[in-house]
Amino acid sequence: MAVSYEMYQEQILDHYKHPRNKGSLPSATKNARDTNPLCGDEVVLHLKIDGSDRIADVRFEGQGCAISQASASMLTTIVKGMSLGDATALDRDAILKKLGIPLSAVRLKCALLSLHVLKVALGPKPDVSK
Amino acid sequence: MARKDRMAKPAKMLLNVPAIQADFPILKRTVRDKRLVYLDSAATSQKPKQVIEATSDYYSRYNANVHRAIYELGEESTREYEGAREKVADFIHAKAASEIAFTKSTTESINVIAYGYGLKGKIQKGDEILGTVMEHHSNHVPWHFVKDHKGAVLKYVDVADDGTLKMEQYDDLLTRHTKIVTVTLCSNVLGTINPVKEIAKRAHEVGALCVVDAAQAAPHMPVDVQSLDADFLAFSGHKMLGPTGIGVLYGKAELLEETEPLLGGGEMIREVHLGWAKWNDVPYKFEGGTPNIAGAIGLGVAVDYLTKLGMDAVRAHEMEVTQYALEKFDRLKGVTTYGPKDVKRRAGVVSFTIEGAHPHDIASILDVEGICIRSGHHCAQPLMERFDLPATARASFYIYNDLDDVDALIAGIKRVQEVFA
Repeated sequence: MAVSYEMYQEQILDHYKHPRNKGSLPSATKNARDTNPLCGDEVVLHLKIDGSDRIADVRFEGQGCAISQASASMLTTIVKGMSLGDATALDRDAILKKLGIPLSAVRLKCALLSLHVLKVALGPKPDVSK
Repeated sequence: MARKDRMAKPAKMLLNVPAIQADFPILKRTVRDKRLVYLDSAATSQKPKQVIEATSDYYSRYNANVHRAIYELGEESTREYEGAREKVADFIHAKAASEIAFTKSTTESINVIAYGYGLKGKIQKGDEILGTVMEHHSNHVPWHFVKDHKGAVLKYVDVADDGTLKMEQYDDLLTRHTKIVTVTLCSNVLGTINPVKEIAKRAHEVGALCVVDAAQAAPHMPVDVQSLDADFLAFSGHKMLGPTGIGVLYGKAELLEETEPLLGGGEMIREVHLGWAKWNDVPYKFEGGTPNIAGAIGLGVAVDYLTKLGMDAVRAHEMEVTQYALEKFDRLKGVTTYGPKDVKRRAGVVSFTIEGAHPHDIASILDVEGICIRSGHHCAQPLMERFDLPATARASFYIYNDLDDVDALIAGIKRVQEVFA
């Protein structure tokens, strides 16, 4: 891209415009949702965990800025097929590395929203109340 | 953008914008080597050097607490602090300086009214408080308290698609049960200027009071509490060239007498005993604790600055900039603006959305160009829900903005569209 808008690199815009694994998942066994009140970003994750504790399938739904939605799309590609142990151990660095863009403190919240939702989904008490 | 691409601009702006810009030190800075284009004055305005120097002067030359110190410094600080109150009173045509209480913000001012007049005072179970869908959260939530604690009934006048209040619905909702009508003079999202004079008149006909949120109006247009016949009116210093942390509560004298204070403590008392106290006179009973002395003095100087320009000229200037902006926006494909199209009915606040680009991304990309705009729900979630919008981008203009700033914004929007094409 001709412009030097580092935050909006090709891979971010690609995931934003063509999100992977987007939609509902009726067979999901774990679901969670959260929002970023700053900009109204919303991410819902649906996870289907199989008998051998693997994430057999994943979908996300949501709306919001390019960073939050691209990050959610990327997250689904990372965790699909992953063991529950590995998914639980995923940290922010893994997401930020995948995003590969410089982020201000404010935009970091957008970028990490989907990881937070994953943690809630895999945590002891999935929070679906919000 | 080349000058020839521009639409015809008026030969001369109504304000001497270059001279005004020279008074604002921050406008000399750059952002990532780009000229700072500040279009977020609806959130907070920038400050002229006169205001900055006045607050600094207070701390450097006569810092002392007000109303207590017997010595010379205290005399001076009290004189300046009370002088600021008189300037504010004149600015909105209050009958007396005692009708002006200093608070920390519009939010605090409205809380004083809701708590002190509503919750602790006159509002009884079943009484109706009539607001509007376009209010800022600060004119919603304090009334929720009155509902929750007193059983008041909250009702809301809806907004039409063109961004104006549905006045015929206002008439329907206004009954003898209505005790308070609370309305913003100017919407912080749509820019709509509401017919508050008419709203107050009809409220008074059923015996209700009219509370006016003037946070977006006081900085940008003449506000006359006598002409409006407002019972209470609130605004903030920081949106009108003044410091942060200073707000204004205006109330008709007899209503302020009937209003209980929100904060108990020093300054607001006449006498204190174990277990009971007598309040100080209006307006001091609303100013518990050491007030924001530097803030009030700075606000006084901000009022001087605006008065010197003339609020009619300020308003005319912003109408001119807004008209130019709306015409430019109209020519952009895939961009939607909200609020009245007629600049006579709106202020210099332009909310917009761009197809395919989230407002937060719009703001991020404009930021790369040194352009500061707002994105989000603007503390007006009920209004956003009314228009079924998760968020909008918002540009807002003030005395230091000119048509070049509008051109920069429009060029920035085109860049956003390139990125998200």
